[in-house]
Amino acid sequence: MATKFTLNGKRVTSSAPGATPLLWVIREELKLTGTKFGCGAGLCGACMVHVNGSRAYSCQTEVGSMAGKRITTIEGISRNSDHPVQKAWLAERVPQCGYCQSGQIMSAVDLLKKNKSPTREQIVEHMSTNICRCGTYQRIVKAVQRAAKEV
Amino acid sequence: MTSAKAKSARTARSPSTSRRGFMVGAGGFTLMLGLEGHTALAATLGKMRAGKAFSPWISIAPDGTITIMAAATEMGQGSMTSLPLVIAEELDADWGKVRIIPAPVDDKIYLNPAYQMMYTAGSNAVRVHFPRHRIFGAQVRKVLLDNAAKKLGVPVDELTTGPSVVIHEKSKRRLTYGQIAAFAEVPEKAPEIKPEQLKKPADFRLIGKDVMRVELPGKVNGSVKYSIDLQMPGMLYGVVLREPIEGAGLDKVDEAKIANLPGVVKVVKLPYGVGVLANTAWEAFAARRALDGAVAWGKKGDAQGFDSEKGMDQFSADARNLSHKVSEWTKDGNFADVFAKSASTMEAEWRNDLAYHAQMEPLNAVALVAPDGSSAELWCGTQSQTTAQQASAKALGIDRDKVKVNDMLMGGGFGRRGHRDTEFIVDAVLLSKEAKRPVKVMWTREDDIKNGRFRPMSVNYLRAGFDAGGKITSWSHRVAGDRVTPYMDPVRYEQSKGRDGILMGGADMNGYDVPNHLTELIYKDTGVRTSPLRGTGNIANRFASEGFLDEIARKQGKDPIEVRLALLTKLPRAQKVLETVAKMADWKRKRADGRGLGVAYIDYTGTYLAGIAEVSLDRRAGAIKVHDFWCAIDVGIAVQPDNVVAQTESSIVYGIGLALMETVTVKGGVVQQSNFYDYSVPRMSDVPSMHIELIKTANAPSGAGQMATPLVQPAVAGAFAQITGRYLRHAPFTPERVKRALA
Repeated sequence: MATKFTLNGKRVTSSAPGATPLLWVIREELKLTGTKFGCGAGLCGACMVHVNGSRAYSCQTEVGSMAGKRITTIEGISRNSDHPVQKAWLAERVPQCGYCQSGQIMSAVDLLKKNKSPTREQIVEHMSTNICRCGTYQRIVKAVQRAAKEV
Repeated sequence: MTSAKAKSARTARSPSTSRRGFMVGAGGFTLMLGLEGHTALAATLGKMRAGKAFSPWISIAPDGTITIMAAATEMGQGSMTSLPLVIAEELDADWGKVRIIPAPVDDKIYLNPAYQMMYTAGSNAVRVHFPRHRIFGAQVRKVLLDNAAKKLGVPVDELTTGPSVVIHEKSKRRLTYGQIAAFAEVPEKAPEIKPEQLKKPADFRLIGKDVMRVELPGKVNGSVKYSIDLQMPGMLYGVVLREPIEGAGLDKVDEAKIANLPGVVKVVKLPYGVGVLANTAWEAFAARRALDGAVAWGKKGDAQGFDSEKGMDQFSADARNLSHKVSEWTKDGNFADVFAKSASTMEAEWRNDLAYHAQMEPLNAVALVAPDGSSAELWCGTQSQTTAQQASAKALGIDRDKVKVNDMLMGGGFGRRGHRDTEFIVDAVLLSKEAKRPVKVMWTREDDIKNGRFRPMSVNYLRAGFDAGGKITSWSHRVAGDRVTPYMDPVRYEQSKGRDGILMGGADMNGYDVPNHLTELIYKDTGVRTSPLRGTGNIANRFASEGFLDEIARKQGKDPIEVRLALLTKLPRAQKVLETVAKMADWKRKRADGRGLGVAYIDYTGTYLAGIAEVSLDRRAGAIKVHDFWCAIDVGIAVQPDNVVAQTESSIVYGIGLALMETVTVKGGVVQQSNFYDYSVPRMSDVPSMHIELIKTANAPSGAGQMATPLVQPAVAGAFAQITGRYLRHAPFTPERVKRALA
């Protein structure tokens, strides 16, 4: 029952049962821990990854359904932390505890892929899937706007 | 300089000058903070100390690398950068050569003097450590100077320092700190430093300049490690089902139902529940789900039968019952006599529900107990390295020094990780002892809420008496609530002589010049688990006292800010924050579209701040929307000014949650909420535009981590009163409560 898929450009195989949440496969089996466990219920967005280029809650995605798919995690969006969204995140000093920020960044990258110049309202709507308990939201908005100029 | 050279210098040093915070200059010295430069010019996280130990805090290697210990743990508040920065300032270190590492557990050296142990709480890390850290830095600078003087054969007072270099101006000779480290003799006793030997604030080149926080670059690429991210060879995964009511006791567990599940290695009965060890994370979580239907609990425990809604009414009845037994908290003059002779009086009560920390990283820890149980190593996110070590040693029945603690970055703290029993760490210790292997225990979000330890519910009952001219001549503030300190930390409770500063924080007069005041408390002790939560008692207590002042002002037809200013004439810093925030918000301007403004002021352990909320109301839905929040804050010297602003934004957002949506209910002693669908926290769409002004003063630094949280409820309630003439006195202001206030 092995599942083969592509993770950050590399072909990988998971031996976890098909119903296993992708989150745990990525973190514990394939050992990429940038993707976080927050709620296990698709409510907080800490586990956000991209599947075939669009964002998905990895805690709500069964690994068995990933056969042949392309998955990107925070570790895969750039080689040297130089994605415009990552640069903007540091320039605006967004992170505090940082735990939710991988998910925030994955959501933001997803938004800017689909909408190169989102309005403030569009940013807020898109990003409201992701909880930040440190309340870094205002800086996230600024960082997305900053990154939009560069993307 | 050739033009090509000039150009390349500019390219390297000023990637952008248009953005505040991107680049910070001071007196010709420019520190570049952009991404491109951070690895070269900013301090980074290190793994171990390198080179010669000049003190327990500072080591210097011949290559110039300076290792500085971080005494405070990092939960997002930035102390891991700001405390070493203070040492580096007085050491006159080249910040780019600094490596910061978490201090090992040694209470005598690395303690937080306010708590007499290693503990990061109360937003006091900078406030408490600042004066000592300056000395620690200056002492090692002195040792470096003395060594350089000897080497160069010159009097020490002819020497000066620049970033990581000792300079003899006369002979134009220089010795880098790394060069000195290679030959330096370190005296046994650290040299004495007189106050005048410390830098003048005008000469600071790190303090107040906004360096990049050391752990931030790793927080945008997923590389920083929290304890939940760790794996060890041979590690098992652990889950725990705890008794739903503390002390209930385990009646029975259907072990076979669990033990036969795929991947389950062992079912372990614990003093407070049942643990399961499994080979993989998903097998452990499947077992955790199965546990819910496999365990029956005993009927013991203080909270048995407690209902928070009914309990609130009882708290209220007790607070209002003037013959109820009370304890005195603070007192000035004679409230009873003066109140009895008042020309007029007012009274009202305020209520606050139980609230949950909701740190984003569910509680977890990794432990490796030696097979014979004689020693252990921990990897955990804790606010206290001391209690993590003590509680784990106690659980194993071994000496403290047999437990090695690796403190990891925390995915949020907010007070939840500061209890003396560190129960989520002990989970891993006990299960690793059983497994004789390393174990990572993870709580589910449901566990994290169900086993939460909460900001206690409380009722505040206030009375004020006035003379014929309307002046406040007496004031009484009664708090009925569950105690926090004896539950979270019995040792500290004893040290503080039975005073619960967590529940009672902010119940005093807040600096207002009111005579004849009396603060009393009625301890309830319902058995519901309690905890310090960001803002602590200040949230409920200032909601009541600021709310009461607002009501008094409105009843007397006065401006709420004017009323406050008149009571704060002896506190210029208080006046300044109120006047500043009034200006920022254009307070006197009447808002269109039915919007209203409300204000609150707080002196929070030496930090002065005031906030104004601009609010609108959807009467039909009972929905309050906060559009803007202005805050003026004076923390004295701001070590990391932009971080003070960030923490203020953060604590406002936290306050928005507590003001508008966050509530835990208890029925039959059991927590009713499970996850973020029934415990809502603020999302981006709930957050106002925040405008923060940092008022710079030369006063000693004070805290910033939670100070604005208590501003939000009274400011929003004040705005609601301006719109409707009605008062919100029960937080959170849910639609149902808003509609009730309007009815």
